[in-house]
Amino acid sequence: MNFEIPDFAPAAPEIFVLAMACAVLIVDLFLTEKNRVITYLLSQTTLLGAAVLTVSLHSAAPQVTFSGTFISDSLADVLKVFIYLITAVVFLYSREYLIARKLFKGEFFVLGLFAVLGMMVLVSGYNMLTLYLGLELLSLSMYAMVAMHRDSMPSSEAAMKYFILGAIASGMLLYGMSLIYGATGSLDIAEIAAYIQNSSSDDMVLLLGLVFIIVALAFKLGAVPFHMWIPDVYHGAPTAITLFISTAPKIAAFAMVMRLLTDGLGGLLTQWQDILVILAALSIAVGNVVAIAQGNIKRMLAYSTISHVGFLFLGVLAGTDEGYSAAMFYVLVYALMSLGAFGMVILLSRAGFEADNIADFKGLNERSPWFAFMMLILMFSMAGVPPTVGFYAKLAVLSAVVDVGLVWLAVFGVLFAVVGAFYYLRIVKFMYFEKPEDKAPLASDFDMRAVISANALVVLALGIFPGSLIALCATVI
Amino acid sequence: MSIEPVLFYIFSAVLVTAAALVVVVRNPVHAALFLILAFFTSAAIWLLLEAEFLAIVLVLVYVGAVMVLFLFVVMMLDINLTPLREGFIRYLPVGVAVAVIVLLEMAVVVGPGNFGLEQMPAPPRHGADYSNTEELGAILYTVYAYPFEIAAVILLVAIVAAITLTMRRRPQAKYQNPAEQVLVRRDDRVRMVKMEAEKGENKEQ
Repeated sequence: MNFEIPDFAPAAPEIFVLAMACAVLIVDLFLTEKNRVITYLLSQTTLLGAAVLTVSLHSAAPQVTFSGTFISDSLADVLKVFIYLITAVVFLYSREYLIARKLFKGEFFVLGLFAVLGMMVLVSGYNMLTLYLGLELLSLSMYAMVAMHRDSMPSSEAAMKYFILGAIASGMLLYGMSLIYGATGSLDIAEIAAYIQNSSSDDMVLLLGLVFIIVALAFKLGAVPFHMWIPDVYHGAPTAITLFISTAPKIAAFAMVMRLLTDGLGGLLTQWQDILVILAALSIAVGNVVAIAQGNIKRMLAYSTISHVGFLFLGVLAGTDEGYSAAMFYVLVYALMSLGAFGMVILLSRAGFEADNIADFKGLNERSPWFAFMMLILMFSMAGVPPTVGFYAKLAVLSAVVDVGLVWLAVFGVLFAVVGAFYYLRIVKFMYFEKPEDKAPLASDFDMRAVISANALVVLALGIFPGSLIALCATVI
Repeated sequence: MSIEPVLFYIFSAVLVTAAALVVVVRNPVHAALFLILAFFTSAAIWLLLEAEFLAIVLVLVYVGAVMVLFLFVVMMLDINLTPLREGFIRYLPVGVAVAVIVLLEMAVVVGPGNFGLEQMPAPPRHGADYSNTEELGAILYTVYAYPFEIAAVILLVAIVAAITLTMRRRPQAKYQNPAEQVLVRRDDRVRMVKMEAEKGENKEQ
């Protein structure tokens, strides 16, 4: 048979991350507890090196290689750089938390790097097979990370729920993919898109496959009614791992939605638009309303994630380039805000104490006015209050929805965003107008304090000057 | 009528029955054995489809390794099944309803209307010199090299995850150190003690 050796260069970042993850795995074996920080530094170097490779190999024209299973385009490159950046900050925030809980092990970083590799494969997947494998690589690393704290019952329970529901979702995804393969005769995203262009769009097999794929995507992103695992997993997992799950993988999941629904099944837009309208509306309503009743901040942020996923779907379901770039802007902003918010939970925690109740934020202003202000920015941004970037994110997706004539959906989104503002502002009220119950000073290293301040200030700065990020999202779609 | 359709229907009937029994049977060991039967018959159906490599791999990997391990786990863990069965009757109507709906949908979509011989003509039979294994190998290491490598990484992650979750160093645990055992010398284990012979009562008297 004729076969040409594929061009490996576009996949250089993936190859580098894989090689380094294996190297970290081996180096870690020879390190003693005291020198474990070397593992951490090597992992950060890996992310930095991957970022350098991705940026330096970037080309404006999409490059498809490995027999059409891999694509390196602007969307993939930009999302990858954000994934590296966010994962690097996650590792930084997690370090002290893990040391204090005796979880500072090489496996955390190795599994974290493999999860990053899974996200990269997912972001660059141009074939149903690679998309599925990337998702499995990401999920498998995540399940293990959630279960890593073995002595904690909630964490084992969370891992079990996450694993079983994740397996069901993967089954759904595979079944949908096989139906689409049955209808189109191909797993290649470009060929599927070409087939749908040339055929009638009410092919039953395609539609059933589409439904299964959307159910799987909704499971993975945590959209209502497939959201049951999110609060339990966010609550049960160690905060450092919740921080990871809630940030970078959402960007990868957005890429998967883009590849499957718009690149592959874009011809069925009218069909999946209706399904996404229902998912988005339910997610926004249930997420925002149920979050009010939560006393645990990790559960509250979990329900807030569900509502943010609803807003993300608003951008996607518009089905226009403005909508897609608004959704991309939303997911990047969401990852930044979630990073900051869970970072603050870690900052307030210390050895033997988890600051995971909303009451633990009481009187933060008296304990540390600076970090109370940082949390204020993050909460305002999540609620969508100007001049923070969360406002522009919501504005972009809502205007995309209005542009395609779904005004009622935009009004619905605004109404529930107002409901949602209540529980974000409640934290602000606790920080500024209540007496602290816990008077211990905030103890953490300089780098954590510096980066979390930078994180919150970026959210504010992007809110004042959102132009560059919006322009970036518009150019890559 | 050739023998193949007859074989296909026999194997399919056994497969469906076995799969149903996996869910219904009370004893988990029996359920695992029925699952083995289901794997075996699906391997036979694959053989009818000329996919002999996949058929053999299914038997070797799933029956040979996975199911044996599964049986071990079922037998080792003394699970009390009564609480697990508690909700069975209560959830049965919902479960049956969902199953029937999914079955109907699939019958409509994956029936002869969409996948009949008119839409998908039967592939031609291959000769005796055709090797399914060779064809798979040729495509797996060329066109599908990238997915193949990712699958390998997934296996590596599975190993790392399994070891992370199960290995814990316990200081009080007793374990062998073969190197120490090999390097042991007589002096480390046996100490010759010089003792005066005891001068007790002389019984010969």
